[in-house]
Amino acid sequence: MQKLTPDGLPRLQRSRSGAVLGGVASGLAGHLRLPVLWIRVAFAVLAIASGAGVVAYALLWVFVPQAAAGTADGSVRPPSSRERRQAVGLGALGLALLLIASVLGLTGSLGWILGPLGVAAVGAVFIWREADDTRRARWRRSAAGFVTPGASAWWRLGAGVALVVGGLVVFALSQFDFAALRSVLVAVILTLVGVALITIPWWLRLVRALGTERQERIAERERAEIAAHLHDSVLQTLALIQRQSENSREVLRLARGQERELRTWLYGPAGYATGATFSTGATGSTAPQVDTQLASALATAAGEVEDTYAVKVAPVVVGDAEMNPGLGALVAAAREAMVNAAKHSGEAEISVYAEVEDGTAQVFVRDRGKGFEQDGIDPDRRGVTESIRGRMDRHGGTATIRSAPGQGTEVELSMPLDAGADKVDLRKKES
Amino acid sequence: MTFAGNDQPTDNAAGAGAGAVPEAADGAGAAARGPVRVFLVDDHAMFRTGVKAELAGLHDDRLDIVGEAGSVGEAVVRITAEPPDVVLLDVHMPDGGGRAVLDQVHGTHPDVVFLALSVSDAAEDVINVIRGGARGYVTKTISGRELADAVVRVAAGDAVFSPRLAGFVLDAFAQRPGTEVRDPELDLLSPREREVLKLLARGYAYKEIASQLFISIKTVETHVSSVLRKTQMSNRYELSRWATDRRLV
Repeated sequence: MQKLTPDGLPRLQRSRSGAVLGGVASGLAGHLRLPVLWIRVAFAVLAIASGAGVVAYALLWVFVPQAAAGTADGSVRPPSSRERRQAVGLGALGLALLLIASVLGLTGSLGWILGPLGVAAVGAVFIWREADDTRRARWRRSAAGFVTPGASAWWRLGAGVALVVGGLVVFALSQFDFAALRSVLVAVILTLVGVALITIPWWLRLVRALGTERQERIAERERAEIAAHLHDSVLQTLALIQRQSENSREVLRLARGQERELRTWLYGPAGYATGATFSTGATGSTAPQVDTQLASALATAAGEVEDTYAVKVAPVVVGDAEMNPGLGALVAAAREAMVNAAKHSGEAEISVYAEVEDGTAQVFVRDRGKGFEQDGIDPDRRGVTESIRGRMDRHGGTATIRSAPGQGTEVELSMPLDAGADKVDLRKKES
Repeated sequence: MTFAGNDQPTDNAAGAGAGAVPEAADGAGAAARGPVRVFLVDDHAMFRTGVKAELAGLHDDRLDIVGEAGSVGEAVVRITAEPPDVVLLDVHMPDGGGRAVLDQVHGTHPDVVFLALSVSDAAEDVINVIRGGARGYVTKTISGRELADAVVRVAAGDAVFSPRLAGFVLDAFAQRPGTEVRDPELDLLSPREREVLKLLARGYAYKEIASQLFISIKTVETHVSSVLRKTQMSNRYELSRWATDRRLV
């Protein structure tokens, strides 16, 4: 089977069968569905124009791929002796024409005109060959507009033709008036400008097509990024949830963790957490995570407790402040209070409220669980509450714990914003 | 738009909207008028089905789901044809979302109460529907029992503030240096209102706030309704910014 181009023509290949020299002429004949003799004659005649035929043959030999061996087209059929004689004769004729033309001085004249036009034509042919179906359809439409042009197209066409003709005329005059070199340059430039004007629509289309293609590529990349993210996170979690479907606690934990992650991704800093999570790693050394703002540090702590103990922790933060060692201790204490509530209250939901106001950061951690008698608590819980209190005291803050059996528990933590800064200064003086 | 009556909670509402603790809502006031007729607007059929099943599973005779709609246009037509008591309104929908429904219905049917329901608790979305006229805002992760209580409470004329909404409002009304106050009546919160909001943000129910501040539940409700009115009417930059910088995902 012969491969066909979208236009229904056989693909251009140098044929193996019937090749006298490079198989260029017979390949071209197959591609254009013309007798091979016409092609050879055309090459020979073109040799007049400063050897354009010879150059064209050489270029095609180099750039057109040879038909694959073994296919129907590639089966080697040597040319008949008559064909061979004809081809060699035409080749000789072409060379003779080239010589005659150069002797008569025709080479320069025709070459200067045909050269640029030939280069442009070869370029166009290559672009056409590489283009895909839709692009060819688009070009055909623009070409149709070119055949039945509007007013502006007429102007453009007229100007282009005038320039081409002008170029030729200048050349013709140069035979008599101007210094040869300069006039030839003018002729070439005028001709090229004319060709450029005539082909403007095609160039515009080409540039526009490139632009659209780039936009499509960007959109495609964004889509792929979103798809990859959803695949890595949401689909994986859904798969895990299906496998854990008997364990409702685990399902809840997975769903909450995923929800938090997706919200942060979708809404960023303004989303689930009121501050972005940075990993600059400098401030807040005592905080469980290296967040630079109180709101994001608290959100991170709440997320960890949510994940570890399968409870719902909903932090609400009003105002924000830059983290410092004091606020680091505040977040750590708040985290301990959350863990405490998750472990002992028996409730699945913990309220966390933080506010920064009048130079003080306050955090309230509250549950509606079973609560405890403040005097008669077991040593384990006392230890935890003491560690919360101790942590706050060391950094100049306060902790108040309110609880009664059946009334739930609320831990109120308060830390002056500049307390931590003082500590830093003290430590610097000490060291 | 008029908000007449917003700051005067209905008399028989005091018992019904007592707080987020389920047993506190005895429903006596609502039952006298028959069940609250609820209309559901959400573009996800799956979510509508889920909410209906969950509310039906409660066997709560305080509410009755009378209809549903899956798009803005459908919702406007159905709600105006047969106005329900409460509309559960999804914030994120094609063609303008919940705000579009509010804009087309709230002006002509001020008696229909809207309770916004959304997965997103981003400030822009919450403030936007509240300023559009919604009486409350809850997230979709709310339990069926809490949702039923919230519906009954807004039907009785109260406002429903989730802790996060309370946080947003506190943030928006915070006094920062250089804040312009054009109308103190609307642009500032009273100290008492701030106290109530802070307790709401800390997760307190109305009943708990009342006992904490030594005031009656009705007073708490009056304060919350007043805060809602200020949130809707104030020209504070923070509120209008949140309401206009709207992202629809």
